Formats: sequence, structure tokens, C-alpha cells
Amino acid sequence: MMHNKPLDNISDDYRPAAMVYLLSALAVMTVAALLAYVVLSLPPVAPGLTGHVAAQMGQSGVSNPVTAVLLNFRGYDTLLEMVVLLVALLGVWALGDVARHHETAPGPVLDTLARVLTPLLILVAAYLLWVGAHAPGGAFQAGSVLGAAGVLLLLTGWRPRIALIDLPLRLILIIGPAAFVAMAAITLLIEGQLLTYPVMQAGTLILILETMAMLSIGVTLAALFLGGQPRDIQNK
Amino acid sequence: MSTAFAFALVGVGLFALGLFALMVYVHLLRKIIAINVMGSGVFMILVALAKRSAEATDPIPHAMVITGIVVAVSATALALTLMLKLTAASGRARFTDD
Amino acid sequence: MQDAVTQFPWAIVLILLPLAASMIGFLLPRLAMTLGLITAVSLVLAVTGLGWQIHYIYDGAFQHAVGGWGAPLGIDLYADGLSLLMLTTTSLVGLGVSVYSVLYFERQQALRFWPIWLLLLAALNALFLSADIFNLYVTLELLGLAAVTLTALQGGKAALDGAMRYLLATLLGSLFYLLGVALLYHSYGTVDIALLSERVEATPAIWAALGLMGAGLLLKTALFPLHFWLPPAHASASAPVSAVLSALVIKAAFYILLRLWLVIFSPLGEGAASLLGLLGAAAVLWGSLQALRQTRLKLLIAYSTVAQIGYLFLAFPLAGAAAVSAWSAAAYLLLSHALAKSAMFLVAGNLLHFGGHDRIADLDRVVQRLPLTAGAFALAGVSIMGLPPSGGFIGKWMLLETALQQGRWDLVAVILLGGLLAAAYVFKVLGHALTEADVMHEPRTVPKIMEWSALLLAFAAVLLGFLAVPLLAWFDVSEVFVISGAGP
Repeated sequence: MMHNKPLDNISDDYRPAAMVYLLSALAVMTVAALLAYVVLSLPPVAPGLTGHVAAQMGQSGVSNPVTAVLLNFRGYDTLLEMVVLLVALLGVWALGDVARHHETAPGPVLDTLARVLTPLLILVAAYLLWVGAHAPGGAFQAGSVLGAAGVLLLLTGWRPRIALIDLPLRLILIIGPAAFVAMAAITLLIEGQLLTYPVMQAGTLILILETMAMLSIGVTLAALFLGGQPRDIQNK
Repeated sequence: MSTAFAFALVGVGLFALGLFALMVYVHLLRKIIAINVMGSGVFMILVALAKRSAEATDPIPHAMVITGIVVAVSATALALTLMLKLTAASGRARFTDD
Repeated sequence: MQDAVTQFPWAIVLILLPLAASMIGFLLPRLAMTLGLITAVSLVLAVTGLGWQIHYIYDGAFQHAVGGWGAPLGIDLYADGLSLLMLTTTSLVGLGVSVYSVLYFERQQALRFWPIWLLLLAALNALFLSADIFNLYVTLELLGLAAVTLTALQGGKAALDGAMRYLLATLLGSLFYLLGVALLYHSYGTVDIALLSERVEATPAIWAALGLMGAGLLLKTALFPLHFWLPPAHASASAPVSAVLSALVIKAAFYILLRLWLVIFSPLGEGAASLLGLLGAAAVLWGSLQALRQTRLKLLIAYSTVAQIGYLFLAFPLAGAAAVSAWSAAAYLLLSHALAKSAMFLVAGNLLHFGGHDRIADLDRVVQRLPLTAGAFALAGVSIMGLPPSGGFIGKWMLLETALQQGRWDLVAVILLGGLLAAAYVFKVLGHALTEADVMHEPRTVPKIMEWSALLLAFAAVLLGFLAVPLLAWFDVSEVFVISGAGP
């Protein structure tokens, strides 16, 4: 009945009215000019919070300032952001099941690429995770690379046997935010304050949290790529 | 003008460009991309102005942007899936009765 | 026992419990609904405990430096009378909607509903407890994505379209808000609300931040003329979701706007206050008129929300001279509206379940056949109209009094006119509900739980009319002006 192309080219259906063009252009140029003025009015030199961060780096357990901020000083933001990733996945799963997939063999280029790149990507992810403590890197960067590996595998047409991995899949998806919530609860019980790591163990705890986060992020990104709840996962 | 402000103005430009595209274009995919461009603009402003510090670069905006990127990716994933479902249900990738 | 109550970190429970329950409910779907109900009840207890702590232990405000770092390096949690009001509203409506949802959803949808619903509750609680404007951005996004997902859960073209509009509107609002955060941070080197309130001066960057954050939050709170996304989204979602959207989600954006207004932007405010009042008045009149024109019940209720939001903004111009009474009025209106409006949407859900449709003209002798449901609508209507005795009456009365004292006859006229229009559309529905329709429909029975939860929420809205004095003391909004102790 209706065409199968979900995304059409610009036809009359999608053409904006000339009036809309003009008014929007005027409005946006005004906004841009005002914003440019405001940005240029900011003081040319401003230390921000560099001083505060530098002063507390010794207590943070890592030596890369961005990692320290993400996982320690503002770790609560990271906890919430892991939950945002989870809610997006829950949303995509709630919108429907993934389309039926027939396993096909990939072409030679994709086949070779996947064979070579996937283990390489996993290694790079592990490296990024480890190096994040003292250089740019960390859970999110590693998780993205891991997600890319997952997407590459999915592009070759491979699908895991969903019936076998339902519970483990769900477990990996939540292990990142769950680890943060568990850490929050534990530190609350022990130290009386949320997400307060004891200074001596801070580095180790951060590494554990980052590992869990990396796994969750990687698998979540690959699952988001699928665009729906994997078939065969029956909510029991 | 220092590089910090140059890049910040690029960020303003991206924000404005994305806003224009969001208002003008009808196709949902273009709107979603427009939101992403606006987001990139805001992140650019955050990060560029962090270079104004005389000592080391301020890491707080960098952490904010990493958080922001994850949030943007999540939102985009949801938006794209929603768009596909809406297109499948209504036949066209645009708001109905617009 | 005494110690357990006083020392227990009730505020943190409000955030961590729904998060944990949601994740376990996702892992083990069979437990999702049970966990959801337990959480909903626990949240009411936790909020009461927190209120107790705020009043008797913490001298007006609860503060917690996450990670032990304290602002400006770390994130602070903060709860005062205003936060307590929002948290209580959330837990009460949350309980009512949770109980209603036990039987509303069929199996497959229910398993998807509960984990996301719990995350929405967690987002609301985290939002109301946060004292950090970037943290507020993250909670806003979590809230928005959860709300959009629940809207789309219904399936079908209308719900998907409404959800898509909602998503784009909420993302746009968030980006405007984030740009404001960026400007504030790069002006003053902190994102902590208390510290910002100390450092703020009138510079172009602050004006821009006010404009941007204001615009973003007004879009999210659906104030006229930025309300265009609300009717499609709220009307096409399932009934419990609509209840939550109207009662809680838009109030979250309003809360942030109010908090920022009071604490950071107050030295700037005169012209902006008048503008907000003007838009509020337009919302009251436009929303009420549109509600009157609707033929479908859920759209009527959605437009009623647009109107009722307007009342909240009438407090802004009045607050200049009489802050405590104006904000107390807004607080009371907020709480009453949340209870009454959620009850109304649950009623609509019952009627949909009963007759298979929500066309007002075809409501067939509902009063006789579903007396509890009709009673719920009537009670909720009393509060929306602002008739005594109800919470809505108290709120409107306080607003009227303040307006009269300041000689603002224009606002008085708007409030009275709004009340008349509300009466018109409420009675329109009740009138059709009393009489026989032209076309008969085969009724399905409505589970008693669904009828009772709607009725109890509506009853609570009316009960607020009798508890004005103790409640206004409990949710002491005069304390908003005092933020105790900034970080190092």
C-alpha cells in the first residue's frame, strides 16, 4: 500500500514556505549577533576552576584532571548521565521490536575489515580505559570505541542468539549505572556522604567504575544501533 | 582576538545555523540533525572559552561537554527511532497536520 | 528508633531508591510492578521523613556536598521549603498514578512502563534536590527522555506524533538552557546556585543567560505562546502518563525557573516580571477558551493545563511588593493543580476504558453508571475552578488578595474571568456526563482500583482547602530567599 522508502527526497511535501525562510533568517541573525556580542563581552582571561581542581588533584586518585572531574569531583553527573543512556535504550526498546533479520554473508571488504578491526578496536578500548587515569581517555572514550566494534559486527549481519543471552545482556546494559548507584549507596553507608571515595582506594575504585561503565556504554551503543528490542527477548 | 574567542564565535554560528535549520526545514531527519548541530555549537562555546585561563586549561567544561555528548547521543538515538516509527505509521517523515 | 528517623538520609533515598528499583525491574521484569509499587509508597514515607528533618533538625534547609568536595568544585544537594513542596507533590501524584497503573496497562506495555516510570520519578527527585545548574541540565534531559518515551508507549500515529513534537521541543529548550549555563559558568567560574547568587551582577552575559534559560524553561513549562507541543502530547498519551506530564513534568521546569529567578536573577527582574505576568494572563484566557471549544475530553483537560500554568506566572509581577504571599499562592496553586489535574486525566482514562472513546458529547450517563469516577471529576473540577473548599480556591484567593492590595485590577479581572471559563468547561463535561447520549455504547467495567485512585487524588485536592495554615508552614516558601552556607 505505501512505499517502503522511509526517507523521501525533498518533494513538495517537505518544502518550507518562503515566508518561514525569511522570518527565520531574520530572527536567527539577530540571535546570532546578540550572542556574538555577549560572548565577546566576556573577560579575556579567566581561570575558571583550574585552581580548585589543581588543589584537590592529589586527593582524587588519578592524575588526568578531566577524569578526576568526571569520576570523582562531579561523579554524580556521570551517574545521572549513565542513567540517561539507559533510559534512551529503554525508550528504543519500548518503541518496538527490531525488524526481522535474515543472516546474510557480508561482502569481502566488510568481512576482512570486521575480522581485522574488531579485535583491534577491543584492544584500543582497553588501552583507552587504562590510560584514562593519567592522559586523555577513560570510560566514555573506551565505551565509544567498544560500541563501534559492536556496530561493525552488527553491520556484517551477525546477530547473537538472543534466547541465550537475554539475562546477561540486560545485566551488562545496567552494570555501568548499577555500579555507580551501588557505589553511591555504599559510600553513603560507610562515609555518610554520597560518592566519597577513601583517598587511598580512590584510584582503584575509579578504575572499577570506569570498567563497568565502559562495558555498559559499549553494549548500549551497539544495542541502540539495532533500533528496537531484539526479537525473542520475551519479557517474562 | 584570541583563539578562544574565535572558536567561541564559531560555536555561536553553529548554534544559529542549527536553530535556523530547525525552524525552517520540514523533514524530521533534518530537524534532528539541526538539533545536533545546535548542541555542537553549545559544546564548542563551552570548550573554547575554557582556553581563556592563563594556567592549565580548565577541565570542568571539558567534563561537562563529555556528559553533554553522551546525553546528545542518547537523545538522538531515541529521536531517530521515534522518527522511523512515526514514518512507518504515517507514511511520511514529517509532523502531521502541520 | 528516634535516631533512625532523624539521621537517615531520606533525601538520598528519594534519588537512589527509584534508580535501583528501575534497574532491578529491568533485569527481572517479573518484579517490575511490585518494585514500582513499593517504591511509590516508600517515596511518600521518605518525603515525610525529609520534611521532618528540614523542620526539626536542619533549621530550614538540608544540604549535602556530594563526594565531600562542596561547591564550586563538586555538586551540592539542597532542599528547602520549595523543594519539599515539589517533592511532596511528586510523591503523592506518583503514588496515585502507580496504583492506577497496576490494572491500566496490559501485560506487554506494563513491563515496559514500570522501569521507565521509576526513572522518571528518580529524575524528578534528583531535579528538585539539586543546587547545581549543570546537574539540573542532566536531570532535565533524563526527565525529558523518560517523559517522551512514556508518551510514545501508547503506540499509534497520534501518540508517536505527539511524542516527536514533545521530544524536539524539550531538546530545543534544553539546549537554550545549556547555553545559558555556559554563559553563567564562563562569567563567574561556578555552576553552583548559591555561589552564583553571590557573584551575579548585571552584565550583558547575565541578561543573555536570563533570556536563554528563561526561553528554554518557558518552552518546557509550556507557557503561552510556547505551549504548542503540549496538547498533542498530553492528549495522545495514555491516561496515567498524561496525568504525570501535566501534574509533574511541566512543573519541574517551572520550579527551576522559579529557583533561578529568586536566587540568581532577582536583581535584574522588573521588566521580565511584567512580561511573564502578561504571558501568564494570555495563557489563562487563551487556554480556557480553547478548552471550551474541544470535543474530546483529553484535549479539553490538556488545554486546561495550559490555562492553569498561566496562573502560576501571575505571581511574578505581584511578587515584587509582596513576595511571600505571591509565592505562597503560586505554591498552593501548583500543588492543588497537580492533584486535581492528575485526577482529571485518570478520570479520562476510566471513561476511555469504559466506553472506548473520550468524546464529550457522547458521554453517556456516566454519573449514574460510574459514580466514583464522576465524583472524582466533580471534585477535581471544584479545585480547578477555584471554588471553596479546595486547594485551588485557597491559591486563587491568595493571588486575588495580593493583586487587590497592589491595585492590579487587570490581574484581578484575568483571575476572575479564568475562573468563570473554567466553570464553563467543567460544567460542559459534567452536563454531558449526566445526560443520555444519542449513541449508546457497550460499556466495559472499570476496575475499582482505577476509580478509587482518581477519586482519592481529587479528594486530596479538595482536602488542601482545609489544611492551608499547617501546609503553608510546612512548605515554608519564605525560606527560599535564604540559602544557608555556600561551599569553600
